[in-house]
Amino acid sequence: MTPGDLAAFALTALLRHRLRTSMSLIGVAIGVAAVVALTALGEGARRYVTAQFSTLGSSLLVILPGKNETTGSFPGMGGVPNDLTLDDAMALQRGIPKLDLISPLSMGNETVSNRERRRQVVVLGSTREFLEIHQLEVATGHTLPAGELDRGAQLVVLGATVADELFEGEPAVGRAVRVGDWRMRVIGVLARRGEQVGFDMDDLVVVPVATGMRIFNRTSLFRVVLGVGAHHDLDATCSRAVAILTERHGEEDVTCITQESVVSSLSSILTVLTLALGGIAAVSLSVAGVGIMNLMLVSVSERTREVGLLKAIGAGNRQVLAVFLAEAILIASMGGLLGLTLGWASIRILVLLYPVFPASTPPWAAAAALAVSVCLGAIFGVLPARRAAHLDPVAALAGR
Amino acid sequence: MIELEGVYRTYAMGGQLLHALNDVSETIEAGDYVAVVGPSGSGKSTLLNVLGCLDRPSRGTYRLNGEDVGSFSDEDLSRVRRHQVGFVFQSFHLIPRLDAEENVAFPMIFAGVPRAERRERVAAALRMVGLQERAHHRPAELSGGEQQRVAIARATVMRPQMLLADEPTGNLDSSSGRTVMEVLEGMNAAGLTLIVVTHDPAMASRARRALRMEDGRIVQRTRRGELRGGPVAAAPPEPAS
Repeated sequence: MTPGDLAAFALTALLRHRLRTSMSLIGVAIGVAAVVALTALGEGARRYVTAQFSTLGSSLLVILPGKNETTGSFPGMGGVPNDLTLDDAMALQRGIPKLDLISPLSMGNETVSNRERRRQVVVLGSTREFLEIHQLEVATGHTLPAGELDRGAQLVVLGATVADELFEGEPAVGRAVRVGDWRMRVIGVLARRGEQVGFDMDDLVVVPVATGMRIFNRTSLFRVVLGVGAHHDLDATCSRAVAILTERHGEEDVTCITQESVVSSLSSILTVLTLALGGIAAVSLSVAGVGIMNLMLVSVSERTREVGLLKAIGAGNRQVLAVFLAEAILIASMGGLLGLTLGWASIRILVLLYPVFPASTPPWAAAAALAVSVCLGAIFGVLPARRAAHLDPVAALAGR
Repeated sequence: MIELEGVYRTYAMGGQLLHALNDVSETIEAGDYVAVVGPSGSGKSTLLNVLGCLDRPSRGTYRLNGEDVGSFSDEDLSRVRRHQVGFVFQSFHLIPRLDAEENVAFPMIFAGVPRAERRERVAAALRMVGLQERAHHRPAELSGGEQQRVAIARATVMRPQMLLADEPTGNLDSSSGRTVMEVLEGMNAAGLTLIVVTHDPAMASRARRALRMEDGRIVQRTRRGELRGGPVAAAPPEPAS
């Protein structure tokens, strides 16, 4: 008995009860479609986040004040980090060779006002490199001037939303605004950018880093971003930066992370999430399996006489088993294919509706869903098929 | 050659033992034509099932071509059924969703006969029963007599040694019954051992010999020579062994 013969015979049996067959088939299809669609959503989330972070550039290091490991010292004795100052940033600039860029960042909330129009926004104190890293371009006017980090000019670049709110479509460049208590000249307005990693990049203003620290009256930076050429060893650069700062502070009280490590840990978290979603969807597949088992049990009891005939014309127990197993597997795999198509189609529709969200079924999930549905047929088909195979031929022929 | 020696087939029925076959011994030569007659429940069908390896004797030996079938595994028995036995049933037992051709081809699928050869053999088998024109009709589109002829084609397509027919004309009118018997006898003339269970004396009289069964025993053996075309004559009963 060839697989082709088996499949052909199984198909004739299934086609005889189209409604019943299609119900079971749809059960499997829904399960598989759920696996495909949910894993696609999970995978989409992973890609979305990864893509968002990748726009930050992968050869970046971030130096944060504080050590994110326990120091082991007694409370109150050490462990309080020293400020990460502008001088530290300049020391890094001098101490690390072939630094592509350095972008110290101070950050806070301030009121920005144009006469009576005011708006509470995020104020970033940074450098022109910061704007470059985040691919923030000026739509009109100029970006922050290059120069020494500690030069705190009274200049500001407005986000698009801020400019609209404060100047209502009038040209903002060259005008004066107040940021907190400080009067600043607007030198540029950023192009619209939308949200990046959940942060509205249009509703902020950017000032030189030293200006920012003066506005906030702080000596500590929020962080320092270092950029090195693509060929550099990021980890080595990290150690170098930490060593420089440790020497300056007298203790190791900064943390250096690479953008890559952030992305990869987020990515692995979301992969686990995808697996979990797939697992939940797989529960519905097992329900579909019970449906197949039910269908096959009914089929076997209806076709008792046929089983008797199969045995009379010389089908062995194993061949009878194969006949009924083939039916279960056929239903399951047809359902699997249908579900794959359904899941894929629904994801296509989702992508059409929300082009930003890169939902896509990971190939492993599609393959696994199909493989699982075939196994489903095999597992849930075994019991009914065994029942058929072990029928007594004489009794079966008599329909008993 | 079929040799039965002291064969019993016993069922437990409501705590009682029922002897469907009770010490049956019989030898049937290859190519013979045997009718098995007797009242309902006399063990005719059980005898046929044992001969066709669908059922095993509870006791006693059944030798088929010298081999003890009692020692065969289930798989061995199904191989015997596949290659050496053809069954014809009272209710035809065709698979309703398959057409005549597919029904006839069915046993060859389990025997692993290649597709091309199958087609030739199906065509030949249908020609033998005179139904080559009906190859693509489903059972529901065929008359009873035609359905039984399809069943005979199916039973012979594997070229078995013996053809076992259980009331083959039981569900047919007399004229299609006659056609079916002629087809079966044609197979016998071509060398097949033909064993027909019937309770129709006229049909039994066509056989080379007849076995009368009662309560699981063969109580009477008749040869056609002794009948001279008349009804099954009483023969002296075998001495009980």
